[in-house]
Amino acid sequence: MTTTSTVTAPDSRRVSKAAAPGTPPRRGRFKQGAGRQHHAGPFAYFALAVVGIGSLFPLYWTLVAASRTQDEILDTTPPFVPGGNLFNNLEAAWEQAHLGKAIWNTLVVSASITAATLFFCTLAGYAFAKMRFRGRGALMTAVVATLTIPPQLSVVPLFMMMSDIGWGGQLESVIFPTLVSAFGVFFMRQYLSEALPYELIEAGKVDGANNLRVVWSIVLPVARPAMMVLGMLTFVQAWNDFFWPYLALNQENPTLQVALGQLSASYVPDQSIVMAGALISTLPLLVVFVVFGKRIVGGIMSGAVKG
Amino acid sequence: MATSIPARGAPGSKPGRRVPKPMSPGRQAWRSRLWRFDDKASPYAYIAPFFLVFGAFGLYPLLYTGWIALHRVEMISLDRMEWVGWENFSRILQDPEFWTAVGNTFVIGVISTVPQLLVALGLAHLLNYKLRASTFWRTVILTPYATSVASAALVFALVFRADGGLLNWALDFIGLGDTNWANGHWSSKSAISVIVIWRWTGYNALIYLAAMQAVPSDLYEAASLDGASRWQQFRNVTIPALRPTILFTIVISTIGSMQLFGEPLLLEGGTIGAQGGNEHQYETLSVYLYNYGWKLGHLGPAAAVAWAMLALLLLIAAINWLVGRSVRKTSA
Repeated sequence: MTTTSTVTAPDSRRVSKAAAPGTPPRRGRFKQGAGRQHHAGPFAYFALAVVGIGSLFPLYWTLVAASRTQDEILDTTPPFVPGGNLFNNLEAAWEQAHLGKAIWNTLVVSASITAATLFFCTLAGYAFAKMRFRGRGALMTAVVATLTIPPQLSVVPLFMMMSDIGWGGQLESVIFPTLVSAFGVFFMRQYLSEALPYELIEAGKVDGANNLRVVWSIVLPVARPAMMVLGMLTFVQAWNDFFWPYLALNQENPTLQVALGQLSASYVPDQSIVMAGALISTLPLLVVFVVFGKRIVGGIMSGAVKG
Repeated sequence: MATSIPARGAPGSKPGRRVPKPMSPGRQAWRSRLWRFDDKASPYAYIAPFFLVFGAFGLYPLLYTGWIALHRVEMISLDRMEWVGWENFSRILQDPEFWTAVGNTFVIGVISTVPQLLVALGLAHLLNYKLRASTFWRTVILTPYATSVASAALVFALVFRADGGLLNWALDFIGLGDTNWANGHWSSKSAISVIVIWRWTGYNALIYLAAMQAVPSDLYEAASLDGASRWQQFRNVTIPALRPTILFTIVISTIGSMQLFGEPLLLEGGTIGAQGGNEHQYETLSVYLYNYGWKLGHLGPAAAVAWAMLALLLLIAAINWLVGRSVRKTSA
């Protein structure tokens, strides 16, 4: 995540970048950015509508398939509207794929990973943004460099280690390797170096607060908007993670994604049941997206550019 | 970079507004030593969790992989390691399936990354116009990002099915006949790229959009005063300004495409998916690793595959760096 450093907050260091990207101060007739001065024409709307339909259609198709029977969705003329078989399919998926357990496991895994990531990344991000210590630059580079290491490179020994310490097939084996994230450290550092004025920290210290106290009563309140965004991004990622959980967990103790994978790997799977499982795994995140979409969009835009 | 923080307790610093009563000199010295220790140690304490967790579950296993690659380790007896030297490496390097997987990973990487980033760039340009309901459009194109690999792969598997698949129905409808998507060499790779492109284009478009909005408007003002058309402005102002971001997305997408696993595994599911198709026509390196280690149960060769992936990653990084350097040179 080492890209341009062209974006700087104009005057105030305390603009909440995560909350309102895309609304820079505008002056004169010309607005910031390519094409900003032009209104979008009909072609632009048409193209966006095509891409939008392309983006949403597979989700709609998941719903249609989940609420039909296998015969109906594989018919020579596919049904284009949802049917009435949703609850039968959900029930079947529930039994075949340990869905109840899978939902609970996914919640436990995602919630603990999100909580830990927020805690550790805010602390580390604050240290990298505002504290001076030997080796700060080199260590930050090391953090960013870890982003480029694919998990594939370490899964074999990780699997052996986990079985060694008795976490084989347990949720711990999925939770612990993901307790921190390099992206999170980077994201919080970016935010705090702009949003947290030194004067505020100084004032706290003059009042006799030690470092932990400063973190608790000054840094955390300032960091809250960024923590919201990082929390949602982390939650989405933890919820959707597939590769390592698929290798680490087993059929009796799966997360939703693992259960889905195993459902489709079963002998001659019923597609409408598989789709019911897919619907269950996607729906909660879609709700999060509908409610917080604006913030997630803003978070991705603000996290990616600056560095 | 910033104003300095006066260290608390340092000689000369103000004692603070709320010092209740004077302390004995010994106590004061102790207190200031404590403060100084707090200032020195705190930053390291705050960053330590990241490095501890990464060290234990990232770096250590990464190095240990190399050691395992030199041993025979079987899934059924995880605690028995038997030294075999380079045998695992020669085994995979002589396996034609391994080279098929290398080629597939590369081809799928290219045909998913290139269109994805081009479309994302165009999309970002559209989103950068003055637009009604701009937040709505941004959220809509990002929605696939909220979908898991598993859900996306499974619904696309349904769309790409040979019998009763939605795509074949549509092709039939306009008179183009049927295709057995998963069976063909190019068609199966295209199907997998479609899944990747679907999930990541919106995400990349938003990254480009953010970079576009950071381009100073004076540049466009100057360009349009010079009579540059919109296309010329896009070509000569926007693209150069976005170059670091474009390079960044190329690196991230390349690393991502090296790891493709769920998409090929679930395209047909079952044992066919675990070997990447009847003729391994869409088997990627991750699927190959999984098949060797978890389906066949030979972890030694699987570890050797991991090292091959590392070598490939370094190769790609080197190419990226060389390309980036030559691009910088030609534009300078």
